[in-house]
Amino acid sequence: MQAIRVRCRLFARYAEVVGVDDVELEVPAPATVASAVAVLRRQLPQGHLLPEHPLVARNEAHALPGDTLRDGDELALLPPLAGG
Amino acid sequence: MLDALVARVAAPERGAITSFLGTVRAGPDDGPVVRIEYSAYEAMLEREFGRIVDEAGTRWPGVLVAAQHRLGDVPLGEASIAIAVAAPHRTPALDACRFVIEEAKRRLPVWKREILADGSAAWRDNTGGRVPAGRPEKGGA
Repeated sequence: MQAIRVRCRLFARYAEVVGVDDVELEVPAPATVASAVAVLRRQLPQGHLLPEHPLVARNEAHALPGDTLRDGDELALLPPLAGG
Repeated sequence: MLDALVARVAAPERGAITSFLGTVRAGPDDGPVVRIEYSAYEAMLEREFGRIVDEAGTRWPGVLVAAQHRLGDVPLGEASIAIAVAAPHRTPALDACRFVIEEAKRRLPVWKREILADGSAAWRDNTGGRVPAGRPEKGGA
């Protein structure tokens, strides 16, 4: 089965909950933001504590669950935002 | 923080400058907040701020925006975000400043951990959500 490699970043409370903030993931192709989040939730020991549908960014821009991921992309899981 | 931003946007052809400062508030709910620890997805913060500023420039031609979000510890009463907007006239300066702070609150990848006087900490978000540090949010399984 073909897979792509994605760097996954976690921030703030999400990093605190799972105990890591930077993970390399292999996601079956064709991959979407949602399929990568599902892999992450299964793969990390505390991954099930992350929400199924978190706010996400792909390559430093807000993204949607159905957006396509390509090999080498950076996916970020963003807890509810609190800037300002 | 604000003086430097104002200096970056001021110019003879721009007769109106507006500014916004967001400061750390004591908070009535859970006791006195003594400081907030801000963290961010820093690379995206810079790019998203840039996109917001570009959008303001497109919607209000002639407007110039300078903005900054502080990260790390910000004590009670000090500013965490500062925005300065200069325009030829007051209406676009006021409207664009409002646009930039609203979009910043909605889109910037920034998080805050409130530290209370008793030393306890909680993650706080812009929807009013508050989760004690170390716990998953509701809906996480």
